[in-house]
Amino acid sequence: MINKEKQPLYHKFRNSLIQSVGKMADPIIAIIMALLVGSIIIAITGDDVLLAITSLVLGAFGNMRSLGQSFLAATPILFTGLAFAVAYRSGIFNIGAEGQFLVGAIAGAYVGTLFIGLPSYLYITMVLLAGAIFGALWAFLPAILKIKLGVHEVINVIMLNKIALYFTNWLVSSSGPFRMGSTLPATPFVCPSVRFQPIFPNSPMNVGYFIGMVIAYVIYLIMWKTKGGFQMRAVGHNLYAAKFSGIYAERSMVKAFMLSGALAGIGGAMEICSVFGRFYAGFSPGYGFEGIAVSLLGNNHPAGIIISSILFGALKTGAMRMQILAGTNVNLVKVLQALIIFFVASRWSLVKVISNYKEKKRRLKTSDSSLSKEGGNK
Amino acid sequence: MREPILRLENITKVFPGVLANDQVNLEVQEGEILALLGENGAGKSTLMNVLFGLYTKDDGAIYFRGEKVNITCPKDAIKLGIGMVHQHFMLIDNLTVAENFILGSEPTERGLLSLKQAKKIVNQCSKEYGLSINSDSLVADISVGEQQRLEILKSLHRGAKILILDEPTAVLTPQKVEELYKVLRDLKSKGHSIILITHKLKEIKDISDRVAVMRSGKVVGVHETATVTAEELAELMVGRPVVLEVTKERQKTGERILEVNNLHAKDYRNLTALNGCSLHVKSGEIVGIAGVDGNGQSELLQVLSGFIVRDEGEIIINNRNLPRKFAQKEVYDCGVGHIPEDRMRMGIIADFTVEENLLLGFENDERYSSRYFLKKDAIHNRAVNLIKEFDIRTPSPLTEGGKLSGGNQQKVILAREISKNPNLLIAAQPTRGLDVSAIEFVYQQLLEQRKEGKGILLISFELDEIFALSDRILVIYGGEIIAEFTRSEATVKEVGLCMAGVRRKSND
Amino acid sequence: MIQIILQIATVNILIATLGMATPLILGSISGMYSELSGIINLGIEGMMIMGAFGAGIISLATGNPWLGVLFGIFLGGCMGLIHALLCIKFRANQSVVGVGINILAGGIPAVMLQYYWGNPGRTPQVASIKNISIPLLNKIPAIGAVFGDINPLTLIALFIVAGSHLLIYYTPFGLRVRAVGHHPKAVDTSGKNVFFIRYVSVIISGLLAGLGGSYLSVAQLSMFVNEMTAGRGFIALAAMIFGKRTPLGCFGAALLFGFADALQMTLQAVGVPIASDFLLMIPYVLTMIALAGFVGKTVDPVALGKPYVKS
Repeated sequence: MINKEKQPLYHKFRNSLIQSVGKMADPIIAIIMALLVGSIIIAITGDDVLLAITSLVLGAFGNMRSLGQSFLAATPILFTGLAFAVAYRSGIFNIGAEGQFLVGAIAGAYVGTLFIGLPSYLYITMVLLAGAIFGALWAFLPAILKIKLGVHEVINVIMLNKIALYFTNWLVSSSGPFRMGSTLPATPFVCPSVRFQPIFPNSPMNVGYFIGMVIAYVIYLIMWKTKGGFQMRAVGHNLYAAKFSGIYAERSMVKAFMLSGALAGIGGAMEICSVFGRFYAGFSPGYGFEGIAVSLLGNNHPAGIIISSILFGALKTGAMRMQILAGTNVNLVKVLQALIIFFVASRWSLVKVISNYKEKKRRLKTSDSSLSKEGGNK
Repeated sequence: MREPILRLENITKVFPGVLANDQVNLEVQEGEILALLGENGAGKSTLMNVLFGLYTKDDGAIYFRGEKVNITCPKDAIKLGIGMVHQHFMLIDNLTVAENFILGSEPTERGLLSLKQAKKIVNQCSKEYGLSINSDSLVADISVGEQQRLEILKSLHRGAKILILDEPTAVLTPQKVEELYKVLRDLKSKGHSIILITHKLKEIKDISDRVAVMRSGKVVGVHETATVTAEELAELMVGRPVVLEVTKERQKTGERILEVNNLHAKDYRNLTALNGCSLHVKSGEIVGIAGVDGNGQSELLQVLSGFIVRDEGEIIINNRNLPRKFAQKEVYDCGVGHIPEDRMRMGIIADFTVEENLLLGFENDERYSSRYFLKKDAIHNRAVNLIKEFDIRTPSPLTEGGKLSGGNQQKVILAREISKNPNLLIAAQPTRGLDVSAIEFVYQQLLEQRKEGKGILLISFELDEIFALSDRILVIYGGEIIAEFTRSEATVKEVGLCMAGVRRKSND
Repeated sequence: MIQIILQIATVNILIATLGMATPLILGSISGMYSELSGIINLGIEGMMIMGAFGAGIISLATGNPWLGVLFGIFLGGCMGLIHALLCIKFRANQSVVGVGINILAGGIPAVMLQYYWGNPGRTPQVASIKNISIPLLNKIPAIGAVFGDINPLTLIALFIVAGSHLLIYYTPFGLRVRAVGHHPKAVDTSGKNVFFIRYVSVIISGLLAGLGGSYLSVAQLSMFVNEMTAGRGFIALAAMIFGKRTPLGCFGAALLFGFADALQMTLQAVGVPIASDFLLMIPYVLTMIALAGFVGKTVDPVALGKPYVKS
């Protein structure tokens, strides 16, 4: 028996340090690998790789304006990323953030047009709350179907994504009640006090992302520091054992599902406050699904999600500039997202590769020594 | 000297953190029954899985009839004539006996499966070896004994000259075990070699020609069965003299803390699993339920934890009548602790830390949480104390539960359940997969609880365990308790006959 | 009201049903192959898009839509291979990989479209496979007219349904696939290669999804449009679950959902006074109702989603 406890303290520390660094290195390596493959694609399509990459980086961080836009782009996917993570860690595969986002957005847009002259803090809170409530409600239906009828949530949430799309489209269509006289298929603009103001000159950056960071921290507290979060994670890791220990697993799952929907809904309402000021048909270009990539890259943890959402936001912002200057299509970002998902999901890990290599060397050494023992017999 | 049909030389197999096989040398002769004896974790199953190609060895060589062979997958082993019957059968539940039999070597007629031919092959084989099975039944519907016969026939049909059996008697009554012995002796006379993996000394004495003892990954002794005693084997197995008897003090029993009356319930396939099961447990006694796997034990446990809703019957715990549908939490609230039969699936959350695993079930306790938040320090101190009290070997309370050894995981579960201070402790297969020192520890804890006046319901497949611990021994058969003995009046033979359904006995 | 029903209940809606159902039939049987062997496949949508895209560009390049179909099948198979590699060799979370495939397939056509035509969104019109009329069969009373205006790819889909039924229940391969999804270790100990069986199943899944996608760009429409699958891959998955992962079950369920699609289109064409957005919702709402009301608790293959590990 290899006795791990007998190892000297120094070795134990070194090993755990290697483990942690390795864990952080994996997402970075995933990004690097994805960028490498992306560069190959760019090269094949005949574009200038160097130009593409430099315009990507400049487009993301080059000046205050770009930086601000990167953060604005990061905000909605921070929320959909958190939404996916909360559900995922609780044993639920919520790929319905798309629909929950839309529903939250239009709810926020509607509430934002209801009153006049409310102070910003109050009104914005109401709008975000509306987004949370309706996002949670949109998640409630698939949650109930899952626990009462055993229907798998994946298909239901995808159906609800589509239904949300068509329903919100109708709400702002010419026959819909939320259009209220706008010339475009959109809600009227919300009251100005609802909209965020830029913080810095020459930059569109506003408090939106930072509110998101606060919410991310709150999610961290909920999942790891509260009773409810403990139970959700238990159910997510091992449903049977959690039930056996006395946890009401169904309640946990519904709570988690609704929390997840609420987060996506806040994200939608946030877009209203932060960027557009109104809801229009075609509001979400796939934020729900991008959130999945963001969450995975961030190891489904609020801290990681903060970092990866900034990364993806920057990627998208830079990609637009890349399209203008180097002619490479914006959708390359989707390809990069998919590659990152693949690399992270396959848990291709530098630490594992190194330890496998060391293991092979060790085996060769022991077989050498056993051969030398046998040398006499042969 | 006769060349052995099989020779394993310096076989080494490493798993993360465990040296499962450490330069193992073993020979198997043609036409002999070799027993491979060792405790759980000694490396016997690993060695045989290496031989059968399910594991790849890290070092060493295998010689078949003197020639070196390379076994990298079961296909290679089968080609050489090695067959294996696993402890948990390799059968597909929702396919028929015939379909399972031909899987991998299906007879075809113009490209399509010929189930007619398959049936013929099964019946032929069955006749040839004298093992009866029904080719048309679904595997899910046949008895465990029949499933075992199917597994043996499968191996023989594929040309097994060397047959490996992994703990074959775990699922059989004492009478069925005799039938199996007859089959094995028959095969031996036909020239087959049989490797019998077991931890039961009696079996070895009954059937084997030679016995190889393994301990901590090494072979520590090979003897002719006739010339070695059970005590010597036991000592080799554990490395020190073993006292197999458990001393129990007489204990006064009190009120009934568990009463089960006329329980009827179905299993997950909607077949009757409990058929009027009735029993009771008083405080201060250990009631052991003996029985062959598949007679309703699992379903009884699942009904008692709320996972299966009973069709009929009463469950009264601490004078509380449980409603028809209830959640496990309600049971625990009645003052119950429950050590589950499958610790990895039901008892431990592998990704949770030891601290968190110890907290399961206690997260609402006001000592460890306020209205919403968990009290970190209190939880940590609880873990530190329990780790000390129950001698849980773990690098730290923050180690993941999945990284602990089986014995230590069981200790975590014990610590957690006992710290609930329950009046009723349900212990299902509490020593499954544990080594001797862990088993001793569990026995101590259970007896301690009994001394403190708790009632314990013990369900186990190990008859020795039932006999060692129980004050009263019940036998479950066909979903009913068909026999009840006091410890003093119980004999293995009588209990065995009841386990087989041959006798019934009620206590008057 | 009666007028509307009369306008709808014509042979035309049957023809439309079969047409709309074709990609769903192929998609659901595609999913069936993968899941019977134990691998979750959420990437059917992405595999279909790649199939549609491949068929579109090769049909455009060569003028031969059948070559396009072959290429579409090939691309679908490639996606299937990626899915298989990640799920089997790397033992990645299968649901996550499926989502990744969908995102990848959302990106690649757009990038290529921009590269070739500068206007991401759609290809120019491509040569397509026209509907045909089958003699004899089209004389059958009531449903015969369906065979009077049927696409060859639909016929192929019908053959695939029948062929799959034969393959899954009456051949050794089918037996092994069903066994592997239930108890892979048992198949391993019988001497057969679990990984090989799963690779084949998932690649077949990709090929079929590619064919399903090809139908969209080269038969139903005569061009490739970005995201033209519009969620059909997921409806196909629902059909697979509704059909309890059997070929005939998938076929029936796909027909049902195809009918919902056809109904929605017909109602719009007929001018029913309901907003088009609500009509568009019909297939999706129907899917949810079907899953909730009529499936009950599905029994998944026991080993579904669990990677097989050898030591």
